[in-house]
Order: sequence, then structure tokens, then C-alpha cells
Amino acid sequence: MSDIDLPAYARALGIHVHNIEDGVPVLTVEFGPNVEGRPQHYHGGATAGLLENAGYAALRARLLEEGREAQLKPVNITVQYLSAGKAQPSFAKGRITRLGRRNANVTVEAWQSDRDRPIATAIMNILMG
Amino acid sequence: MSDARPKFDAREASKFFFRGGHTGWLGLKFTDQGDNWVELELPWREDLLGEPDRAVLASGPIVSLMDMASGMAIWQTRATFAPVATLDLRVDYQRPARERSAVRARVECYRTTRSASFVRGVAYDDDIDDPVANLAGVFMTIGADPRTGKVPGSEAGTGDE
Repeated sequence: MSDIDLPAYARALGIHVHNIEDGVPVLTVEFGPNVEGRPQHYHGGATAGLLENAGYAALRARLLEEGREAQLKPVNITVQYLSAGKAQPSFAKGRITRLGRRNANVTVEAWQSDRDRPIATAIMNILMG
Repeated sequence: MSDARPKFDAREASKFFFRGGHTGWLGLKFTDQGDNWVELELPWREDLLGEPDRAVLASGPIVSLMDMASGMAIWQTRATFAPVATLDLRVDYQRPARERSAVRARVECYRTTRSASFVRGVAYDDDIDDPVANLAGVFMTIGADPRTGKVPGSEAGTGDE
């Protein structure tokens, strides 16, 4: 998956594909004014944006792999904030917890320097039309 | 009782909140406020689209909009600016925002305790009774720990405001 496949919103925020792990894109964003909330920390909304895009990217990659074409529609997202996002790059990767014909449940984790200590997680339900 | 610090006012605070950073980049604007609620607007922007073939706002900026309105509703309710960290935020999307439409979020803080604040709200484009999304969230106050005097900002939550 190339950066071109990311939506305009992801590219505007500075999100790009870091690498592909087992067919799943790992997304990353550099720290900068675009994502800053409290000085020198990520805004919760920016962290949510990274998580959400990683969730969609994981689902798009899986659908592509299965030769399915679908328009994705968000149903909901629940974000758990675990520790402050500091002034350094962040990464996120999604996992398809369930893929049905019409809906998918995706779990996403975001981390910074230590992958074993996620800064935030999300669960998303996505409809496929 | 007198308090030397001025009472938090969302309208005034938004003048410097939205000067830069993530919310400045999004172009958030203050629109309205009450005793325990704040309403903000996310103007339409071509480069915030969520899908290549439809002129529909991505859902991510709506989370940012509602997260910011949540923080400000909490300060409005507490009448003071004390840093808060988002613990849990849930957004249910009822329908896509209309094409080329600004989105407003009205969030109320319906309960505060010593360390937690609970919020709920809606995002809408034309009609507040026909929302784009609903929100529920819990925030934690980042205060100095009385035992250490240290601000536990890096321990939990984003500390995003």
C-alpha cells in the first residue's frame, strides 16, 4: 500500500505508511504543530486520527487481498488513552478482529518508542457498502 | 470567598486556543456556550476528506472537534482552567456530514467529581436534532499529586488540552 492510497485527511495530517507487516500497513506521523495539543504533546484528536486511519488501512488491505471492493462507512470508534503522546513519532497498526460480509470490527494500537507500551487503543465498527 | 483567577470563559479562551497546534490547523471556531456546555465549529475544508470519490468530511476531524469541545465544556462547568486528559472517548456516527458543509459540535459536561469529568454531545451540520454523530467521554483532571507535588501528566491520558 502506498501513501497515495491514504485519504486526503491522513495525508494533510502528515500520516504515511511506515512499513507493511504481514500484509498490514503500519502508519506513522511525525510530531509537529499539526498534531500538537498541550505544548509538546499530541492532541487527543490527532491520536484518534492516526488510530482511525490505521484501522481503515488494515481493513482496505484485507479487502484488497480478498479481491473485495467496498465503500467503508464508520459506525463508531471508542478510543482509550493510556499515556500522553510525547513530542516524537507515533505509529499505529490495526487488526481485523472480525470480518463479515457487511461489517468489520477492527482493533487498533498506537505506540511511540516502546511498542509494548501503547499510548492509545481503539475499537472501530465499520460498515462495508 | 474570593478567587483571584478570572473565571474560565470559552469565548475568550478560544481566541488563543485556536491560534496554533492541532486545533488551529483544523481551523476550529468558537460558536456558542452555556453554563455547562460549549459549541465549536469545524469549517469545511477540501483536504479533510475521508474518501477519494466523495466530498464528505473524514470522521477523524469530528473526533478532534468533539474532543476539544469536551475539554472546553469541562472548564466552562468547573469555571476554571485545569489541565485534563482524555481517558475514554466514544463517537457513534449516525450519518455522513453533508457535502461541503461545516460541522458543529455541542458538548455538555453533565457530571464532575474531584478527579473525573463526564461529557456527552452531538455533532451536526444543519439541524441539531438531526445529528451527524453522538459522543460520550470521560476525562481526568491532571492535578498535582498531594503526596509528591508532581503533576502526573505523563502517567495516564493524552493531556491533550
